[in-house]
Amino acid sequence: MRIEDHPIINFKRGKPVTFYFDGQTIAAYEGETIAAALHAAGVRVLSYSHNRKRPRGFFCAIGNCSSCLMKVNGAYNVRICVTPVREGDRVEIQEGRGDIIAKA
Amino acid sequence: MLKPEIAIVGGGPAGLSAALSAVRQGAEVMLMDRDPALGGQLVKQTHMFFGSKKEYAAVRGIDIPGQLLAALEEEGADRFKPYTSTTVLGYYEDGVILADKEEQALLIEPQKVIVATGAAEKMLPFPGNDLPGVYGAGAVQTLMNVYGIKPGSRVLMVGAGNIGLIVSYQLMQAGVEVAAIIEGAPRIGGYLVHATKVRRAGIPILTSHTIKEAYGKESVEGALICNLDENWCAVPGSEQDMPVDVICLAVGLIPQTELLWQAGCEQKYIPELGGYVPRRNEKMQTSLPHIYVAGDVACIEEAGSAMVEGKIAGLFAAAELGYDEKVEERYKSYIHELEELRAGPTGAKIRQGLSRLNGGAEIC
Repeated sequence: MRIEDHPIINFKRGKPVTFYFDGQTIAAYEGETIAAALHAAGVRVLSYSHNRKRPRGFFCAIGNCSSCLMKVNGAYNVRICVTPVREGDRVEIQEGRGDIIAKA
Repeated sequence: MLKPEIAIVGGGPAGLSAALSAVRQGAEVMLMDRDPALGGQLVKQTHMFFGSKKEYAAVRGIDIPGQLLAALEEEGADRFKPYTSTTVLGYYEDGVILADKEEQALLIEPQKVIVATGAAEKMLPFPGNDLPGVYGAGAVQTLMNVYGIKPGSRVLMVGAGNIGLIVSYQLMQAGVEVAAIIEGAPRIGGYLVHATKVRRAGIPILTSHTIKEAYGKESVEGALICNLDENWCAVPGSEQDMPVDVICLAVGLIPQTELLWQAGCEQKYIPELGGYVPRRNEKMQTSLPHIYVAGDVACIEEAGSAMVEGKIAGLFAAAELGYDEKVEERYKSYIHELEELRAGPTGAKIRQGLSRLNGGAEIC
């Protein structure tokens, strides 16, 4: 959920954009990361652990911890907490460890 | 190959201050940061700073990078080369730094290096700590203060140090309920002024309490907390169930010393300073004379002291290159600022850690 009213911060949001997450269309603003935009849309599960398939979300939000790796526009292992969202991005939950060679 | 006189890794408070100090001396500085904007974690610090006037007391953290950049512009824009969206990947034995700038490889061979890579958040072991909804305090700040997005609707804060207290207050400002702040130690770690502020707002601070477990199916739905006795053992039967959708961990920071390990700087384990930290002298120079450090990578402290350490590191890195105007005089004033910031009971832990780093009694 986005904060509309804040006592000390005036959030300047960018241009509205839309992107796709597992088939849903999600509204976001330019300048947001994919993780922030997904969280604002109520999406908290970003992947599942390899062995026990436990749900995973983000943890650090600054690109340190690798808890938020997803598949974005065909590329695997994208740290979505530091990747800005772009119009038309296709974001998917990644199965397995992914291919290190990005496919367009 | 880029050959700057000084390369600085990290554009937070320490790195920016180091850049300003070195540029002021006359040196040419290349500053790299992995983020698209400079300022490091200051970009989410919406509270006003304490401490020394010189170190921006009563200025909000988010406003500091702008002031430092304006000063850099004034001191010598032609000598300051910021590289944003640039991640340093490695430091090689021959003194070459490899960095990635938006998928372009950069090779850098500087004469002096200042490592100001900051710190990472610590994790806490408990069942369910991998559930979505268990976030570091920094992540919560990023979400709500940078992007204006609520992390959830009801938060359990773990840790009553300054970060736990400040972020709890910021959560309230964002309209998020904080169910409680729990702290394993018998005493609140942060400043009383922050603690009073959150208590006055009705947030209970439960000392000698820890989290036993987080539960939830796809994400956090609640937490079990319990009392700790004087030996830090769970008191049987003291469990309380807290329905929350976010568990925020503010349990400390650990210096990001990877580059220093790669470079071969000597390091020592000093718990008071946050873990393994580089040995360094009063010039902030490591065991490798061309490598300097500043800020949380050298010692987990506050942005104020990180900025002074940055000034010292920048001053001496530049002085060694021959830009030695007023070095003594400036150093004296910086060291005086550091002493002031570290004075009194709140600085006792840091003072003890630093004395051990410099060869004091070994405990561990």
